[in-house]
Amino acid sequence: MPNSGKHELKHGTLVEKTQLNSVTKKVTVYAPDIAVKAKAGQFVIFKVHRDSERIPLTLSSWDAEKGTISHIFQEVGYSTIELGHMQVGKRILNVAGPLGNPSEIKNYGTGVVVCGGLGTAVAYPVAKALKEAGNRVISIVGARNKELFILENEMKAVSDEIYFTTDDGSNGNKGFVSDVLKGLIAKNVKIDIVFAIGPPIMMSVIADLTRPYAIKTIASLNPIMVDGMGMCGACRVSIGEKTKFACVDGPEFDAHQVNFKELMQRLKSYCTEEKHITTTVKPGEACQCHGH
Amino acid sequence: MSMSRPLNEQSKVQNRLKAVEVAKQDPAARSKNFKEVVLGYTEEQALAEASRCLGCPKPKCVEGCPVGVEIPAFIGLIKQKKYDQAIAKIKERNSLPAICGRVCPQEEQCQKKCVLGLKGEPVSIGRLERFAADMEREKGIQVPHVTASNGKKVAVVGAGPAGLTVAADLAKLGYKVTIFEALHCGGGVLVYGIPEFRLPKSIVQAEIDYIEKLGVELYPDALIGRLFTVDELFQKGFKAVFIGTGAGLPKFLNVPGENLNSVYSANEFLIRANLMKAYHFPHNSKTPIRVGKKVVVIGGGNVALDSARCALRLGAETVTIIYRRSRNEMPARQEEIENAEEEGIKFQWLTTPIAFYGDEQGNVKTMKTMSMRLCDEDDSGKHRVSTIEGSEATTDIDTVVVAIGRTPNPIIQGTTPGLKTQPHSGIIASDQSFKTSLDGVYVGGDIATGEATVISAMGTGKTAAASIHKMLSSQKE
Repeated sequence: MPNSGKHELKHGTLVEKTQLNSVTKKVTVYAPDIAVKAKAGQFVIFKVHRDSERIPLTLSSWDAEKGTISHIFQEVGYSTIELGHMQVGKRILNVAGPLGNPSEIKNYGTGVVVCGGLGTAVAYPVAKALKEAGNRVISIVGARNKELFILENEMKAVSDEIYFTTDDGSNGNKGFVSDVLKGLIAKNVKIDIVFAIGPPIMMSVIADLTRPYAIKTIASLNPIMVDGMGMCGACRVSIGEKTKFACVDGPEFDAHQVNFKELMQRLKSYCTEEKHITTTVKPGEACQCHGH
Repeated sequence: MSMSRPLNEQSKVQNRLKAVEVAKQDPAARSKNFKEVVLGYTEEQALAEASRCLGCPKPKCVEGCPVGVEIPAFIGLIKQKKYDQAIAKIKERNSLPAICGRVCPQEEQCQKKCVLGLKGEPVSIGRLERFAADMEREKGIQVPHVTASNGKKVAVVGAGPAGLTVAADLAKLGYKVTIFEALHCGGGVLVYGIPEFRLPKSIVQAEIDYIEKLGVELYPDALIGRLFTVDELFQKGFKAVFIGTGAGLPKFLNVPGENLNSVYSANEFLIRANLMKAYHFPHNSKTPIRVGKKVVVIGGGNVALDSARCALRLGAETVTIIYRRSRNEMPARQEEIENAEEEGIKFQWLTTPIAFYGDEQGNVKTMKTMSMRLCDEDDSGKHRVSTIEGSEATTDIDTVVVAIGRTPNPIIQGTTPGLKTQPHSGIIASDQSFKTSLDGVYVGGDIATGEATVISAMGTGKTAAASIHKMLSSQKE
């Protein structure tokens, strides 16, 4: 075949990797069939090498024309460190998706998107889709310090109003995202729906805040998953009286019904094992070819 | 057949009635490793066992085989040491003999009908099937003659026993088959459910390699219903779609405390332990599994036994199977119950858990149970059970595996308009053809029948493949 100037990319090839800040990376992966189908709120399962874990990562953006999908993550555990070590041009062995139900997007009127830390990566496509559906979008973005904000310009572009808060006040606006939402409610701003996307503790606080006002609130849950397709039940969450699987029944649920305490406990299931692997095995040394 | 050494008539009859034993790993050793438990016949043993077959002119055993393998014919070929022809004979009807020889419940099927079973032990058909398949694999698997391609594309959804059977049968007839598999590798329950020590992954892989050599394409990481819908498969030019997505949705007990940490569904436990090889954590597998000292497994089927035996191999001090009926009612294979007992698995029959309690970190710590009594049989012949008042007991435990069954995977049903389903979301199809309510769409395996065996899934796959062939060969170009 003559060189057409076009690279023959394989499904799963890492085409771009950027460091967004000291702890956050963005990967763009060639996955044309997924890129065509992807919708806000959905996720994919990555299995980087032959002996890697299957890990769920929510879609942050996608480009059907280029055939790519992008994910933003922090290198907090062995598997995300392993993903962060991948070199551009190499292939992530398994990329399955899009998985989970898309966010329920329609014209609600005014939608408030509350996101914290890495949650912004997941919230961005939701805010964008809400905007495209004709909503007035108010975004409240929080981070521990100003260095940790991601997608600031992207979020601004899809928001009618936007607030940035930091835990340490390094951006001049000290406080929590919940404080801003509390202020909006106090000012009687008309709010038709709230999307809370971030650490479970933050989503739990937002749910408690909006419950007395009966403001419809959606939380995007991030439990441990293995297959991500409804088979294992590792991701089970209590929604009201019922047990649901976040992978196939979610990942978004009515925040007022979610048992956040249980979710937080279950997220800690493998803390000991995580410590063990990150101290005994170096992700940089993982290779794609070894057997066992 | 004449024996090489003369035997007196009586010992000949006795030999005829007694099956040749098969070697197993020592229980003390095997309960600490994931290597295969049953070692298989040597050539000498296989020849001795094959010589027991009477070669009945009207063989009952074949009637007991869901895929109709010509059993006396292949055993006859083993007797003549024509092993290549023996495996070819099996493969005329069964594309996965190394698997079936290991995990089929032969005692309920072919061997149950063997006439030798009337007075003694039936011929060990499964062990002979495994012998023939293993002999072939050691030499290198031969690819049979495949009919020239007819250019017609068929999509198979799910690379489990049903899907692999459909793919192999249609590929041999000249169809261009693509299998869409949601997980990262083929095999379905054969790789995520059945443990390495009963069915090594390399055996499954060799059978999949064989099916790929027939020209079948395996497309992993493709969850149909999400990546492509069934309608989109037709738009892509597939002329028929076979759905073999299995029963993979775990059932839970619905008792308090079931979402505590270290309470697993059997699916999660086995997926971590088998598919993800968590027993190699952390060096050669990055998937963790947490197995405590006192493990209980709830359920009485093969999945419960597999989970219990995995837990033991992963280092549990005690593993107890909790079943609400008695030993006689356990749906697991007798042979596997015996293997588990030899390894030291404990059983607590007529017991059901009613709640689990955890510590302040949310880790399961105790289990409350009640004793059960067997009551009358229901219409299906199964004993009903009822709890005994005042029989509550509390036990300290640290790991629970819930193995009380699985229901059909629901994703295709929810994304395929017009596909008729049952209340428990299995797909409705004709018993004769396995055609669904949609033209060109066929089903087989657990998604059609509810949770059943590997071989019954293969049997339904064979029927569906024949229906697809009939439908497509009668279609005008």
